[in-house]
Amino acid sequence: MTSPESRASSLDSSDTQWPLWEVFTQEGQGAPHEHAGSVHAVDAEQALQNARDVYARRGKIVSVWVVPTASITASTPDDMGPFFDPGNDKPYRHPQFYKVPRGVRVY
Amino acid sequence: MGYGNPPDEPETGAGSDAPPAVRPLSATAGHVVPTWTSGVTDNALAEYLLRLGDDRLVLGQRLAEWCGHGPILEEDIALANISLDLFGQAALLLKLAGETEGKGRDEDALAFLRDAVEFRNVQLVELPKGDFGFTIARQFLFDAYSELCYAELARSTHAELAGIASKAHKEIRYHLRHSTDWILKLGDGTPESHARVQSAFDDLWRFTGELFESDDVDRAVAEQGIGVDPSTLRPRWRTRVEAVLAEATLRVPNDGVMASGGRRGRHTEYLGHMLAEMQSVARAHPGAQW
Repeated sequence: MTSPESRASSLDSSDTQWPLWEVFTQEGQGAPHEHAGSVHAVDAEQALQNARDVYARRGKIVSVWVVPTASITASTPDDMGPFFDPGNDKPYRHPQFYKVPRGVRVY
Repeated sequence: MGYGNPPDEPETGAGSDAPPAVRPLSATAGHVVPTWTSGVTDNALAEYLLRLGDDRLVLGQRLAEWCGHGPILEEDIALANISLDLFGQAALLLKLAGETEGKGRDEDALAFLRDAVEFRNVQLVELPKGDFGFTIARQFLFDAYSELCYAELARSTHAELAGIASKAHKEIRYHLRHSTDWILKLGDGTPESHARVQSAFDDLWRFTGELFESDDVDRAVAEQGIGVDPSTLRPRWRTRVEAVLAEATLRVPNDGVMASGGRRGRHTEYLGHMLAEMQSVARAHPGAQW
């Protein structure tokens, strides 16, 4: 629950476009939270409610995260080369030489 | 069909028919035959279920009028979700009402083939949707009442009603969270939003008395542990509403003359118009399947 001050200030703005929030939903205990989409909302509680209505009303969602889109730092297409160079010529970098014990689920 | 002054219809409360015809509803559904059948007429129970169902059907219809007109896309979806929850609850309650009544009317017949004088909803839910502040203020007042009512109905001695109420209560808790959040935002928002939502509460207040009226029907079902005597909910409702309004910097209106009559089929001028629209297709094509 936000403080009264922040509730007022968040609505005082003449900008009618509400801030954007990214939504991550979890489909079961232990499953990863996956990006589901985004919603507009003036605060976190409203973002959660909107995310619930849009992304979690049907299906087996057990948890929802909402994050202000402005809080996310993303890589840019310019990073393609140096950032994501797979280094296929250096096979020792890939963890594929390990035996996976039986019973362990591989994602 | 006249939407004017309701005719002087006979009261359909408990005791209007002589010996109670006991018909265990749940016997066919594999439940243990509940004890509620002793002493309460099907007539009173059917009437009580109609009241519960009609409140939710009419409010669902009013919320559906917002579809595509919400203040922002996400809120549009939220109002549609709440509307759908209410329609789902109404369908189950009216179906049960029709079975209890035993005249062969299903939920569609009850929703689409009754005139305003036969509806049993409180007048609060039939008022036009107004602006967003009015819709949210009405929703908050009704959700706060519903949450208390359905928490108790979930423990009804009537197994089917308890099942419906238990499912509904989960949805209602979400509705209340949504409407409470909006009352805080609007009341403690801009001078414009504050003034609008305060004005909505001032206009709506006289329709809240009816939520807590009880008559022979309410008392009959409450005595059997089937239903809730609404008058017992009022103190808790009042405390809850006062707390939220105070936090939202809003004033609780003074109790004055309270509107009444919905439970007896006496409605405002608005219900007939709403039903004319809601029922137009069913009336034009009686018996059609869809």
